[in-house]
Amino acid sequence: MTAITIAKGLTMGLRAAMEADPKVLIMGEDVGKLGGVFRVTDGLQKDFGEDRVIDTPLAESGILGTAVGLAMRGYRPVCEIQFDGFVFPAYDQIVSQVAKIHFRSRGRVPMPIVIRIPFGGGIGAVEHHSESPEAYFAHTAGLKVVACSNPVDAYWMIQQAIASDDPIVFLEPKRRYWEKGELDEDAEPDPLHVSRVVRPGTDVTVLAYGPMVKTALQASAAAEGEGKSLEVIDLRTLSPLDVDPIYESVRRTGRAVVVHEAPVNLGLGSEIAARVTENCFYSLEAPVLRVGGFDTPYPPSRIEEEYLPDLDRVLDAVDRTLDY
Amino acid sequence: MSNSGAAVDLGEVFGPSHRGDEPDLVQLLTPEGERVEHPEFTFDLDDEAIKGFYRDLVLTRRIDTEATALQRQGELGIWASLLGQEAAQIGSGRALKPQDFAFPTYREHGVAWARGIDPLRLLALFRGVDHGGWDPKEGNFGLYTIVIGAQSLHATGYAMGLQRDGVIGTGDPERDAAVIGYFGDGATSQGDVNEAFVWAGVFNAPIVFFCQNNQWAISVPIEKQSRAPLYQRAAGFGFPGVRVDGNDVLAVYAVTQAALQRAREGSGPTLIEAFTYRMGAHTTSDDPTRYRLSDELESWQKRDPISRVKAYLVAQKAADDDFFAGIEQEADELAEHLRSGCLAMPDPSPLDIFGQVFAEQTAELQLQHDQYADYLASFEGEHA
Ligand SMILES: Cc1ncc(C[n+]2csc(CCOP(=O)(O)OP(=O)(O)O)c2C)c(N)n1
Repeated sequence: MTAITIAKGLTMGLRAAMEADPKVLIMGEDVGKLGGVFRVTDGLQKDFGEDRVIDTPLAESGILGTAVGLAMRGYRPVCEIQFDGFVFPAYDQIVSQVAKIHFRSRGRVPMPIVIRIPFGGGIGAVEHHSESPEAYFAHTAGLKVVACSNPVDAYWMIQQAIASDDPIVFLEPKRRYWEKGELDEDAEPDPLHVSRVVRPGTDVTVLAYGPMVKTALQASAAAEGEGKSLEVIDLRTLSPLDVDPIYESVRRTGRAVVVHEAPVNLGLGSEIAARVTENCFYSLEAPVLRVGGFDTPYPPSRIEEEYLPDLDRVLDAVDRTLDY
Repeated sequence: MSNSGAAVDLGEVFGPSHRGDEPDLVQLLTPEGERVEHPEFTFDLDDEAIKGFYRDLVLTRRIDTEATALQRQGELGIWASLLGQEAAQIGSGRALKPQDFAFPTYREHGVAWARGIDPLRLLALFRGVDHGGWDPKEGNFGLYTIVIGAQSLHATGYAMGLQRDGVIGTGDPERDAAVIGYFGDGATSQGDVNEAFVWAGVFNAPIVFFCQNNQWAISVPIEKQSRAPLYQRAAGFGFPGVRVDGNDVLAVYAVTQAALQRAREGSGPTLIEAFTYRMGAHTTSDDPTRYRLSDELESWQKRDPISRVKAYLVAQKAADDDFFAGIEQEADELAEHLRSGCLAMPDPSPLDIFGQVFAEQTAELQLQHDQYADYLASFEGEHA
């Protein structure tokens, strides 16, 4: 067992993937010599060379567009988008090309591309550095979307994503990059597209992913003091959803709260609420509630703590579903 | 050339010598502070004007030093230093007329200064109390743009608006207007910037593209953005490009003024590559020792944009100790204004954001506002 951070787990996972398969490439802005602005690719260019760890020109559409061509040539590009808000210059390549080429080629041309995006707020940054764009990608047919929430998942999930023949948007909870966990490299990891109960409970199911898993866990600890038992599920996979653990839990608790930083309107919570309602209707004691960002652009950082869901906002929703 | 229209043939000013592959850069004041001639560009303002530039340069650098200190003390979330780029910004910013419009990146603190923006407004953005901070219509200075390159298209569109308003090529120096769009060397790789070049060329838009080539885009050196000198790209888009010593405020002023005048007269776009150096870190979050050598920094320190102006003024006996002391005093006062203003800056109210999304408020957002207000009120008294 080694104590590692999420950032370190990603670095180790990337290294393992590069060692396992010479076709794995890393490309992005500042990923080489600097090791990325979050140092996630630290040391990789030194060890694998400039042909495999590529400091690209400053153009996200270029990064993703050339990744398509490299993938067609048999490579497995891992593209780093420096911050969530800068994925949009690449949006066209991702949505219109990366997502569709397998389908258009009737399966002849796979797109084994991983798009790493540090996402979410809470780091006191200026505009465009704190966004949660997952719904845009989850809404796009042909893309898979996952989010890690802890160092162990970071280590395994990045390797699984790279090994997948499908394009995967890989969301990293940037404000949790430096949080620690114990990694056992010999343990058998869960498959990539699996959701997991991270804290069992009986009264309300709280569903979260990425940075909000910690918040949900904090809320469940606080609720325990008030005699309320919350079950917390780390979704891990946002598209496809792994619905069975969700339904199983909600059928027991009868109540569900979905938490994400992204705006509530048409966010992941909307899809989960709809599916739970369709599949667990007779088990529900209350409507599925959603806690998330408001329908405003991400605010200036001095008030981001108000904008972001926190322990109190989660507990408020828990109380509302219990009082229903 | 003066500010009020040019007597030279502007076609000649950006003549063939700047379309070829010769790498020379326009310089009018050497790093040692000596005035030199250039066959195509002249600086024709007097020493009083140069003293004014000196003041601008020193005060701009002081804004930067003070903001960096405030960030270190936790008062700003981040700061993007312009250290080393003062001459590029003051020279170009001072070439603008009131009716011209500037589109900045996030580093144009010197241009903001030249446009009369209170630097405290810049701090508001980096402190995290505001995303914008000023009214672009006051001072004709756009909002800082963080998404690399996006503003180059906005600048081009604004210039197309000027064309349609008939405020170019009238011959009236108070009326004819142009746009200047700023971006860095890294930005020249973005699609947006290249599309802006296409548009500006095709529509002959009255715009000056002002690229500060500070040699670095965070950790990525210019060689990784372009094999050709950046100013040469202009030729492929059908307009002139020129490389100027970005640490020479006189040359930057002269070249920008000529390019703006060309745009105001209806002769179309120009690309200026101001050859300069980012003396500091990319931002306060960055550690340049990880990717660049200190001798590079040392060689650029010898080309400092401020010391050459001082050397010139001293050699000319155009400014005495009192003048320099007076500016230091002014800089101290400016720093104090920034420090006290920053500390006193109120945080926004989280309830304000709901009213700022749309021109026409929606019932949904109003409801979110009201529910959030109730939610906040439910805590009142709890912490009393
Ligand atoms: C679209 C986009 N991608 C990435 C970034 C992150 N980023 C911020 S500044 C920067 C480098 C910019 O370099 P350059 O254009 O040379 O300007 P400089 O910062 O040197 O003034 C990068 C990559 C961004 N702001 N926007």
